[in-house]
Amino acid sequence: MISVGHYLAVSAVLFTLGVLGIFINRKNIIVILMAIELILLAVNINLVAFSAALNDLVGQVFSMFVLTVAAGEAAIGLAILVIYFRGRGTIAVDDANRMKG
Amino acid sequence: MIQVIAFWLFASIVIASATMVILARNPVHSVMWLILAFFNAAGLMLLTGAEFIAMLLVIVYVGAVAVLFLFVVMMLDIDFAELRSGFVRYLPLGALVAIVLAAELVFAVGAWQAGGVDLAARAAPAATDTSNIQQIGELLYTRYIFLFEAAGIVLLVAMIGAIVLTHRQRGGVRIQNISAQNRRRPEDATRLVDPGVGQGMEL
Repeated sequence: MISVGHYLAVSAVLFTLGVLGIFINRKNIIVILMAIELILLAVNINLVAFSAALNDLVGQVFSMFVLTVAAGEAAIGLAILVIYFRGRGTIAVDDANRMKG
Repeated sequence: MIQVIAFWLFASIVIASATMVILARNPVHSVMWLILAFFNAAGLMLLTGAEFIAMLLVIVYVGAVAVLFLFVVMMLDIDFAELRSGFVRYLPLGALVAIVLAAELVFAVGAWQAGGVDLAARAAPAATDTSNIQQIGELLYTRYIFLFEAAGIVLLVAMIGAIVLTHRQRGGVRIQNISAQNRRRPEDATRLVDPGVGQGMEL
């Protein structure tokens, strides 16, 4: 039988993969943004699983707000990426230290 | 029984495609794997009865966010081979952080299953006689109406921000000036003349 523990395990693996993705793709900010989406997806799975397990709808309502913030974050992040690329001609974020005083 | 099979199918595909998202050489492939992961996560949520969130995941994530990623990846002309260069160098540190994080999560799940902390009672118990979407709607438009509107404001700010950031005034293009066209009166544009015979027209 599938319990909430199974869902938590899937979500934990997904979250860990997202964090690992941020670390191993340090230069490619597009993949970093996708890894952040994976992390938020893991959080959403957690919220929905607990919502079902506790028979409480607040988890799903909150999951919707997480989704909203994720969509806004992706839009702003990609917009910043586009103007960064326009100015520099590259998206390597290693040397993104122009704003350092 | 079918639910168990469906759960393992969705869970294994979501993890496999998430692995491919972070390992794929080409970011376009990464986006494709991300879409697959979202679809299967929607399936996982459907299994728990969260129909609304599952549909929202397909519509918002696959329909909007993933396509936005795809647009940006294809719009920017980027040398991806150069971006991969630090992969092996960052792997040990990344793996270490990931292992620590996974151990913490496993520990948290274990502690929770061993009894956990008894928190307060349910905030909004789900009724059984209405559909999931109707229940969420009733909750969202009554008790959480201000949060809902705040979410709308977040989206509005994100939209305006994205437009302001990426908008660029191009010089040297001729655009239609609608107000000038509407201001133009017949008396400015035309004039009655009475040329004599044999006198030409001025052009």
